[in-house]
Amino acid sequence: MTATATETTATGVVTPPPSNEEVITVSKANKWYGNFHVLKDIDLTVNRGERIVICGPSGSGKSTLIRCLNRLETYQSGEITVDGILLGDDVKNIEAVRREVCMVFQHFNLFPHMTVLENLTLAPIWVRKMPKKQANELAMHYLERVRISEQALKFPGQLSGGQQQRVAIARSLCMQPKIMLFDEPTSALDPEMVKEVLDVMVELAKEGMTMLCVTHEMGFAKEVADRVIFMDAGQIVEMAEPQEFFANPKNERTKLFLSQILSH
Amino acid sequence: MTDIAKLPPGPLGSSSQRAVIWARKNLFNSWFNSILTLGSIAALFWIIPPMIEWGITNATLTPSIEACREVTGACWGFVNANLRLILFGTYPYDEQWRPLLAMVVLVGIIIGSLGAVPYAGMRKWIIPMWLVGIPVIAILMWGGVLGLTYVQNSYWGGLPLTLILSSIGIIFAFPLGLLLALGRQSSMPAIKTLSVVYIEIIRGVPLITVLFMASVMFPLFLPEGVTIDKLLRAQIGIILFTAAYLAEVFRGGLQAVPNGQFEAGNSLGLSYWQSMRLIILPQAMRLVIPPTVGSFISMFKDTTLVVIIGLFDLLNTVKLALRSDPAWTRYYVEGYAFAAAIFFLFCYSMARYAAYLEKELRKGEQR
Repeated sequence: MTATATETTATGVVTPPPSNEEVITVSKANKWYGNFHVLKDIDLTVNRGERIVICGPSGSGKSTLIRCLNRLETYQSGEITVDGILLGDDVKNIEAVRREVCMVFQHFNLFPHMTVLENLTLAPIWVRKMPKKQANELAMHYLERVRISEQALKFPGQLSGGQQQRVAIARSLCMQPKIMLFDEPTSALDPEMVKEVLDVMVELAKEGMTMLCVTHEMGFAKEVADRVIFMDAGQIVEMAEPQEFFANPKNERTKLFLSQILSH
Repeated sequence: MTDIAKLPPGPLGSSSQRAVIWARKNLFNSWFNSILTLGSIAALFWIIPPMIEWGITNATLTPSIEACREVTGACWGFVNANLRLILFGTYPYDEQWRPLLAMVVLVGIIIGSLGAVPYAGMRKWIIPMWLVGIPVIAILMWGGVLGLTYVQNSYWGGLPLTLILSSIGIIFAFPLGLLLALGRQSSMPAIKTLSVVYIEIIRGVPLITVLFMASVMFPLFLPEGVTIDKLLRAQIGIILFTAAYLAEVFRGGLQAVPNGQFEAGNSLGLSYWQSMRLIILPQAMRLVIPPTVGSFISMFKDTTLVVIIGLFDLLNTVKLALRSDPAWTRYYVEGYAFAAAIFFLFCYSMARYAAYLEKELRKGEQR
C-alpha cells in the first residue's frame, strides 16, 4: 500500500519552501490521562507553509499532540501558541484558534443529517457569517477542487469512504484555514480509495498550506513533507527531513518502526 | 411461495385459495400456533358480539332516564344529556362556545406545528403560531376583554382543561428537559450535580405527590398574602415532572450521537451552542422520537391526576355528570367509556404521528 502511494503521488513537482515565520510553537507540553503520561515535554515549532508528517506506533501520543493544537485535548503543563494566540483555558482564544485551524479526522465525521453542500456551508455561514449564496459558491468551488461537485446534493451516507474524506477536506477548506491538521486521514479507507484522498492532500501541500499530518503513508511523507517526526511513548524521538529520516534514521526505535512498516 | 406456484392457473388459483394457503402458513403452521389461533377466534366470538349488542344494538342515545331504563344495553343517553358538562365542566353554560373555540384553535395549532416539523422551511412558523395562538386561547378562556365576561379559571374544566394542561406542559417541559439533559452531561460539576439531583428526585416520586406538594406545601413557603393560582400550580407541577422524564429520554439520544460529531463542529470553529443546535440535537432528537412521544402520551393521561387538587379535567367532569343527578349514577360505565374513547383518540393519534414523523425524517437520508 505504501509503495503504491509513493509511485502514484510522486509527480516530481518541487513544493514551495516554507517561510521562517513561526506559526505553531509548542514548548514543554505535558499531558496525562490519569496516571498515564501521554505527552512528555513536547517541544515543536512549525513555520508557516511547512508540511510535517508525524508517525509512530499506536499509543505514542501523535494523535493527542495534534488534537492539542486545536484544543480538542487539553494539556496540563507547558505552552502551546498557534498563530500568535496562546491556547489555554480562555474560550475566546480557543475559538479564535479553531477558526484558523481545521482538522480532518480518521472517520471523516461528516454530519449525516445534512447534504454534502450543507456540510460545507455550515461553518462559513455560522462562524464566518457569510451570506448563504456566497457560502454555496465557495462550497462548490472547493467541491470541484476535490473533484466531487456532482455529489453536492447527496447525503454523506450515500458516498464511498474516499468520497466522504474528500468532502471532509473540502469542508475544512471552506473555512479557509491557515493550518490544517490531518489525523490518520486514510486509515479508515479501503485500499483503493487511499490514492484519491492522498492526491488531494498532495495538491494542498503543493499550494503551500501549513499541514500537520499524522499518517503512515510514507510515500506521502517522502513526496511532500518538509520534516518527518517520529514519536514513541509520548516523546518526539526523531525529527528530520524525509530523505535523512528514511535513509539514515538515528534512533533505534525509529529504525525498528521503519523496518516494520516498510517491510511489507 | 412454492405452494402458490403449484396451484393450477385459472379460477382454481383464486384469492380464497390464496387466503387458505396464507392461513395455513401463518396461523396453523404448528400445533401450538393452531391452538393459539383457535383460542383467539373463540375469545373474539365470546367478547365481540356481546359488546356490539351492549354498545350498539341494545343501546340508546335518547337523553332521558326513562329511555335508558327501558333498554338492556348501554345508556349513551347519559353522555348525550351531559355532553356539555362532560366536555366543558363548570364553565358558564352560555359561554361554552368560548372553550369550544379555544379548543379548536389549540388543536389547530397543534396540528399545524406537527405538520410543519418534518419540513425545514415550515419550521420557522411554529413559534409564531404559538405566540399568536396562546393569547387567543387565553382571551377566549379568561375573557374580561373585548366584551367577553371574565371567567375565573377555577370554572374551567373538561377537555379544554386537559388539552391546555398537556400542551402547555409539553411546550415548557420540552426545553426544560433538554436543558436538564445537557446539564447532566455538563463538565461543570455544579450544573451537573444540580441536574442529576433534580432528575433523580423527581423521578423518584409519583406525579400525584408532586401535584400534592405543588398544591398544598408550596403555598406554605410563599410569603403571606402571595397566592399562586391552583391551576398554575398544577401546570408547573406537570411541567417539572415531565421535564425530568424527558431529560432522561434526551440524554439517551445525546449519548447515541458519536463524539466525533461534536469534535467536527468544534474544529470548524462552531461554539458549544451552535454545535448543539445545528449538529448534535437534530441527530439526537431524531433518535428519540418514539420514547419522547411515549412520554407525551403518558403525560397526557397523567393530567387526569389533577383531580386530587380539585381541578375538573375530562375524567373528573364525567364524575361530576354522574353525580349531577342520582338517577344517572348507575351509568358510570358509559361515562368512563366515553372519556376513554376521547383519550384513546388523542393518544393513538400521537402514536401514529410519531410513526409518520420517523418515516418522514428518514426519507432521502440513508446512513
